[in-house]
Amino acid sequence: MNVSLILIILLVGAFATYLAGDKLASKVALFFGLASLGSSIVLLNHYNLGENISFISQWITQPNISFALKADGLSMAMLLLTTALTPIIIFSSFGNQYKNSKSFYALILFMSFAMAGTFLASDGLLYYIFWELSLIPIYFIALIWGNGDAEDRKKAVVKFFIYTLAGSLFMLVAFVYMYQQAGSLLLEDLYKLNLSATEQLWIFLAFFLAYAIKIPLIPFHTWQANVYQKAPTVGTMLLSGIMLKMGLYSVIRWQLPLAPLAAKEYMYIFIGLGIAGVIYGSIVALRQKDLKKLLAYSSLAHVGLIAAGTYTLTLDGLRGAVLQMIAHGFVVVGLFYVAEIIFRRYETRAIAEMGGIRTQSPKFTSMFLILVLASVALPTTFNFIGEFTVLYSLSQINIWFAILGGTTIILGAYYMLKMFQHVMLGETNSKVFADVTVNEGITLVLIIGVLFFFGMYPKPITDLITPSLEEILTQINRIN
Amino acid sequence: MNTLIAIIGLGVLCLLFEIFNLRKAIVPITIIGLLGVLGLTISEFNSTESYYNNMIVVSKFSSTFSSLFIVLTIFLVALGHNFYENHQSKISDYIAIKIFLLAGAVAMVSFGNLAMFFLGIEVLSISLYILAASDRMNLKSNEAGMKYFLMGSFASGIILFGICLIYGAMGSFDVTEISELSQSAELPIWFPIGIVLVTIGMLFKIAAVPFHFWAPDVYEGSPALTTALMSTLAKVVAMATLYKLLSVMNADISESFKIIVVVISMASMTVGNIMALRQTNVKRMLAFSGVSHAGFMLMTLLSLSTSAGSLLYYASAYSLSGIAAFSVILYVCKNRDNEDIVNFHGLGKTNPLLAAILTAALLSMAGIPIFAGFFAKLVLFNQTILAGYLALVIVAVVNSIISVGYYFKLILAMYTKEPNEERKGTPVIIYAVAVIAIVLNIVLGLFPSFVLDLLA
Repeated sequence: MNVSLILIILLVGAFATYLAGDKLASKVALFFGLASLGSSIVLLNHYNLGENISFISQWITQPNISFALKADGLSMAMLLLTTALTPIIIFSSFGNQYKNSKSFYALILFMSFAMAGTFLASDGLLYYIFWELSLIPIYFIALIWGNGDAEDRKKAVVKFFIYTLAGSLFMLVAFVYMYQQAGSLLLEDLYKLNLSATEQLWIFLAFFLAYAIKIPLIPFHTWQANVYQKAPTVGTMLLSGIMLKMGLYSVIRWQLPLAPLAAKEYMYIFIGLGIAGVIYGSIVALRQKDLKKLLAYSSLAHVGLIAAGTYTLTLDGLRGAVLQMIAHGFVVVGLFYVAEIIFRRYETRAIAEMGGIRTQSPKFTSMFLILVLASVALPTTFNFIGEFTVLYSLSQINIWFAILGGTTIILGAYYMLKMFQHVMLGETNSKVFADVTVNEGITLVLIIGVLFFFGMYPKPITDLITPSLEEILTQINRIN
Repeated sequence: MNTLIAIIGLGVLCLLFEIFNLRKAIVPITIIGLLGVLGLTISEFNSTESYYNNMIVVSKFSSTFSSLFIVLTIFLVALGHNFYENHQSKISDYIAIKIFLLAGAVAMVSFGNLAMFFLGIEVLSISLYILAASDRMNLKSNEAGMKYFLMGSFASGIILFGICLIYGAMGSFDVTEISELSQSAELPIWFPIGIVLVTIGMLFKIAAVPFHFWAPDVYEGSPALTTALMSTLAKVVAMATLYKLLSVMNADISESFKIIVVVISMASMTVGNIMALRQTNVKRMLAFSGVSHAGFMLMTLLSLSTSAGSLLYYASAYSLSGIAAFSVILYVCKNRDNEDIVNFHGLGKTNPLLAAILTAALLSMAGIPIFAGFFAKLVLFNQTILAGYLALVIVAVVNSIISVGYYFKLILAMYTKEPNEERKGTPVIIYAVAVIAIVLNIVLGLFPSFVLDLLA
C-alpha cells in the first residue's frame, strides 16, 4: 500500500463523478472525497508504524524523470489537509444548484488530485506537472460557475491564470537548469548539488516568482482579491484553503533546501515582504465593503505571516508555519462558507446590506463568532498555536519583526470584529434569515471541532511534521 | 523506398476510382491503403538502405518522420469525407492530390541527393498550390492560391539557385559526397552562400519570420481543410527537411549561422505571438501561432547532432493538436463564409465534447503539462540550455506566456459567451478524428519516451 492510492482514488473519482450524471454527481464526489480521506488516514497509520509508503518508478528515460511520490511527515500533513478539506468543501456545496454539476464536481476532485500530487511529488518535473495541472480546473471552476459580470470575471480569471503560469514557467527553467547539473530531478539528487551562491540566487528568485504569485505575497497579490470574489464559493475555498498552501509548502520543500545560501543571505528581505503583506492586507481589509473581498485580504495578511515564518529558517518558524497553514486552511474555508450561507439567504455580499442576523439565528451567530475568534488567533484555537509559534520565531530573529507581525492579531481582531458587528449585530433585519440547515450546521461544527481539538492538543500534528522539518533544516544548514 | 512506391500507387488508384465511378468508397479505401503503407513503413524501421545511386536513403530518421506524415494524412483524408460533401464529383482529385503531396513529403525526408530533395519539394508545393485554390468559385481561395504560388515559386527559385551554388562548389548533388567535401579546409565562398539560400527557401516554406508574410493571407483564404494541411503536415515536413538538409550536409554549422538561427527563432516566436494576439479570425490566429511554433522548432537546429528526437516529438505534438483543433474548426465553420471567433461563442454549451477537445488542443499548443506540447517544449528547452543558449530559452518562456493570451481568447469565447445559433448534425468522422488526435496527443504526453527514444 502506498500513497499513489490516494491519487488513483481522486482521479478515478473525478471520472466516475463525470460519468455519474448531473443528479448523482455531488454524492459520488462526496463518496470519493471521503474514500480518499479514509485511505489517507489508513496510510498515516502505516506511516506511523514505520512502513514505507513512498512510491517510485521510472517514467521517462530520456530525460531522466521518475514518477516519484515521497511521503514524509510534512507531505502527509498536507495530504491530510487536502483530503480532509475536499469532502468538507464538496459537502458545503450541497445547498447550491449548479448547472452541469457533473463537470463541476469532477473538476473539484480533479483539482484535489492535482494538489495532492503536488504535495507528494518528489521529482521536480512531476511536481511541476501537478503544480500546473491544478491550475486548469480552478480556471474553469471560476470562469464557468463564478458570479458577477461575465466580462469582469473573465478578466480576473485570465489575469490569475497568466500570472501564475508566468511565474511557474520560470520555475521550470530553474528545474531544467538544475537537471543539467544533476542529471536527474529527484529531490535527493537535487539536494546533493553543489551550486554556487550566484546560481542559488537565480534559482531562488525563479522559485520565488512562482511561489510569491501563488501564495500570494506583496507585490504579486493583485490577482487575488478579484478572483476570490468572482469565483464560486467552492472555488474560493479550494483556492484559499488548499491551493495557496501549495505555494507555502513548496517554499519549505523546494525553495529553501535547494537554495539555502540565497535564503540566508536575503532572509531579511523576504521576511520583510511577508510582514509587509500582513500590514497591507490588514489595512486594506479594514476598508472592504464586500464580505468575500474582506476575507480575501485577511487571508493575504495571514499567509504573509506564514511566509515570514518559513523564511526565518528556524525550526520554530517552519513548524509554526506548517501548523498555521493547516489551521488557516480550516478557518478560511469556514469563513467563506459563512459568507456563502448568508448569500444563500440575502443574495448579497455587501456588508452594508447585512446586519441584525443575531436575533434571528443565534446558533449561526455563535458558530460564526467562534470562527471569527479562531481567525484572530484566540487561545485554545488551532490558529493561536500556529500564529504564536511563528511570532515567537520572528522574535528570535529580530524583535521588531515580531512586533510588526503581531499587528496581525490586533488589526485582525479589529477588522474581523467590526465586520462581525456589521454583519450580525444591530437591529433585527427586515429580511428573514432562515436558521442554518442540518447540512450547514454539520459542516460548520466539523470545522470548529477540528480547530478546537488541535488547538488544545496539537501534539499529533507537531509529532508528525517535526522530524521531516528537522531533516529539511539540516539540508538548509549544510555547509557548501 | 517501398513506402514511396506504395504511396504513389495509392495516388494513382485514387484517380482510377473516379473512372470506375467508385467515389463513395474512395475515403475508406484510401485510409485502409494508408494504414497499410504505415505498416510497411514501420516494418522497415530498422533498416538503413540506399536506392538508385543514393537518390533515396531510407534511415530511421526518414521512416519515423514518414510515419508521422502518413498518420497526419490519414486524419486529413478522413476529414475530407465531410468537407467535400458538396463537391462529390471532384473528391477523387482532392484525395489523390493529398496522396501525391504525401509522396512529395516522404521524398523530402528520405532524399540522398539534392535533385531528389528538389523534386520532393516541388511535388509537395505544387499540390499545395492546387489545394489552396481548390475552392475555385471563391475569390479568396483564388487569391490564396495565386499568392502562395507566386511566393512559393519564388522560394523554389531561391532553393534551386542555392543548390546550383552548392553544386558549383562541390561538383556533386550527392549529400554524402558534399558532407565529406565540406570537411576539407578550403571551401569556396559560394558553398556557404548556397547553404544560406537553400535555408532561406526552406524558412519560407515553414513560414519563419521574416519570410512569413504569405502565411496569414494564404491560411485565411484557403479552404479550411487545406489550411489544416498547411499548418500541420506541410509545416512539419518543411521543418524536418530543413533539419535533415543541414545535418547531412555539414553536421557542424558555423557559429555565425547559429546566431542567425537564434535571431530568426526569437523573431518568429515574438512576431508570431504578438500578431496572433490581435487576430479575430481563428485561421489567421492559428497561422501566426504556427509562425511562433516554427520559431520553437528552429531551436532544434542549434544542436543538430542530438535533437532529431526532440524535433520529432515537437512536430508530433504540434501537428496532432493542430489536427484536433482544425477538426473542431471544420465542424464549427462549416457552411459559414468566415472563421471569425464569433462562430465559436457558446460552443461549451452547445457541444461540450468538441469544446473540450479544442480546449485540450490549445492547451497543448500553449504548453500546459500532461499534454504533449508541454514535454515538447521541455525537451527543447533542455536541449537548448545544454547547447548554451539560455537567453533564447528565456525569450521562448516569455513567448509561451504571451501565447496563453490568444489561446485563451478562444477558450473564453467558447465558455463564457452565449451561443448564437444551434448547429445541427453530428458528423461522426469529425468527432472520431478529433478524439483520436487528442487522445494520441495525451498518450504522447503520458509516455514521452515512446517517441523521444525512437531517434535517440
